Amino acid sequence: MSAQAIDRFAATLPAETRASVYQSTKTTHEKRTRLLFDQFPDPDRLRTLAGEIKQHAIENLDTYLPQAEARLRANGAQVHWAGTAEAACAHVLRIMRERGATKMVKAKTMVSEEIELADYLGRHGMEALETDLGEFIIQIDHDHPSHIVRPIIHKNRREIATSFEREGLGAYNDDPATITRRARHHLRHKYLAADVGLTGANFLSAESGRIALVTNEGNSRFSVAATRCHIVLVGIEKIVPRDRDLGILLNLLGRSATAQDLTVYTEFISGPRDPAQPDGPEEMHVIFVDNGRTEVLAGECREILRCIRCGACLNVCPIYRQASGHAYRSVYPGPVGAVLSPLLLKENFPQKADLPKASSLCGACHEVCPVNIPIPDLLLRLRARAKEENVPSPGTPPMAPWALLASQPTAWRAALVAGRALNVLPTRLIPVPALQAWTASRELPAWRGGEFRRWLKARRRPAPPAAR
Amino acid sequence: MLNRERTPLTGRRVQLMATCLCDAFYDDVAAATVEVLEHAGVEVAFPEGQTCCGQPAFNGGDWPASRRVVRHTVRTFAGEDPVVVPSGSCAAMLFHGAVLEFEKEPDAPAVEALGRRTWELADYLVNGLGVRTWPGRYPARVAFHRSCHSRGTDSVAAALTLLRSIAGLEVVEFGEAEQCCGFGGTFAVTFPHLSGAMGQLKLDHVRAAQPDVYVSGDMSCMMHLGGLAAREGRPIRTLHLAQVLRDALRGGEAKS
Repeated sequence: MSAQAIDRFAATLPAETRASVYQSTKTTHEKRTRLLFDQFPDPDRLRTLAGEIKQHAIENLDTYLPQAEARLRANGAQVHWAGTAEAACAHVLRIMRERGATKMVKAKTMVSEEIELADYLGRHGMEALETDLGEFIIQIDHDHPSHIVRPIIHKNRREIATSFEREGLGAYNDDPATITRRARHHLRHKYLAADVGLTGANFLSAESGRIALVTNEGNSRFSVAATRCHIVLVGIEKIVPRDRDLGILLNLLGRSATAQDLTVYTEFISGPRDPAQPDGPEEMHVIFVDNGRTEVLAGECREILRCIRCGACLNVCPIYRQASGHAYRSVYPGPVGAVLSPLLLKENFPQKADLPKASSLCGACHEVCPVNIPIPDLLLRLRARAKEENVPSPGTPPMAPWALLASQPTAWRAALVAGRALNVLPTRLIPVPALQAWTASRELPAWRGGEFRRWLKARRRPAPPAAR
Repeated sequence: MLNRERTPLTGRRVQLMATCLCDAFYDDVAAATVEVLEHAGVEVAFPEGQTCCGQPAFNGGDWPASRRVVRHTVRTFAGEDPVVVPSGSCAAMLFHGAVLEFEKEPDAPAVEALGRRTWELADYLVNGLGVRTWPGRYPARVAFHRSCHSRGTDSVAAALTLLRSIAGLEVVEFGEAEQCCGFGGTFAVTFPHLSGAMGQLKLDHVRAAQPDVYVSGDMSCMMHLGGLAAREGRPIRTLHLAQVLRDALRGGEAKS
């Protein structure tokens, strides 16, 4: 039995769940790679440039955030600042109450998951309905998303059909087209009845105050079509300096996330309805959410704030494929989550200090990241931080004795010879946990400590004169 | 990625870092490395004080312990001669990992200098010395394992250049070659289920390609995969690239 929670979770994951996660992630990853390398002579240069743009933006938030605020206000939007999750939720509640609103339709936004907005509004007597099909299914099942882009990657259509039947959305039918049609039918009425539409923002241009929203279902567009008030939740790191930066980022986002040239819907919204426009929300509120981001920015893992939430690192990650998203106990799973989730906990970092260890450091996440985040380096920094803060790490072999040995050549050479005991003693009798864990599923090769050094010496011994 | 500035090569003298795994388990790999380098006209020195590159503690998060070992390694491989390592992982530790953990240390420049003259074996032969074809003969179907710490470096392309140039040798492709085998150092013992599951997936793909031998530039991955396969009672034949190169000089498959 493994000492690590993520390993135990993976070991007990139903085979069917693992199979659907594996198939879906593998297919998307492979399609993404073909698409990028077929269409661009050197996609790595695009990733590098996009990473530089985002890095520049997050390192100059003190310039770009006020610029964005001023532009948004000039465009007629109202701007709010939320230092914490609670503050962000309270802004939303206050805006709804001031308008006498009780019903919200919500597009998919990870930051709303992060601040647990829907639960908060529910507790305060508001209805907050998810309109993204995946998130809607999560909501009726009282479940949690297991993937940044595909929240229900862990579910199969039979489970979904059962949920729909339970919720009175029609007799059991697991045909995907029927499921989608039924959800649409149910949601169309909700859009019309809602007072407030809430969306995230995939990007926000400081130059124009324009937010860019991408969806494949058009639900964000529906959410702000019939409602009078549009609330935008946006993490402060979503800012980009200029509109033209959206060109490269949108090109990479669709391809990295879902292996599409562009998502089906891409919207640019820079403010509320202009008097000359025929429709659209009369009010637009943009809530900038910090919730730990400035502390991440001040630390040694700030590159993680470049993340554009495409999920490519989840799709390629061999650990995510085996363990699925819930193993990470976080809104943000996978490689990006293993960095971001513990960091967002601030002083409660130790609660999730095991996440950065759940990696073979294979580097596939870095290789696919559209903003070139060196995720393995950040995982390593967090491992070092956990060790520094003396966070217990069950099952991790102690390194100090080894380091002592490996810095004293005489002792090292003696240990090479002494290791031969491994060839004669039954390994189950040797009380070294790492050895036990190794031999539980693998053979150990024969110990041949010092043999190479002997070979080399024998070979280099000068031949006797007679032989010359 | 791992692209870096490298100290240009001048002479044909190198220091061999055998790696702790070869020191303890895989002496024939280290011996083959010596013979391959010598065949390429390189004079090989072996600093006796060498131990390990420091990676286990680095990956384990114990950077002070790791730095202690790296400092020993920097002292051991003093001088200007390049360091050649029959492991993409240990090489990456020296030119990338060690540099990361020494960022705030006063002796960072010495660590960086060692990194700039450290080469993975295939990279050294092909991109350092300019070797493009390897003589001899090795009649076998070879599956080549892309070890993860060679990502972003020139090592995989270099190894494939050498292998494909050998008479009689056929490189066979297999599925999801870019995926990790699940070794990951201490990960293999701290996350045994995940490590084993990743290894099984790799073994399935490799076996489906039906190679005669599974070859890698890193013995750590092979120790894990070979160990898993042997425990299953379905052993696979694993070799280091250096062994194949040496055995090709001898005209074919030799001992494993």
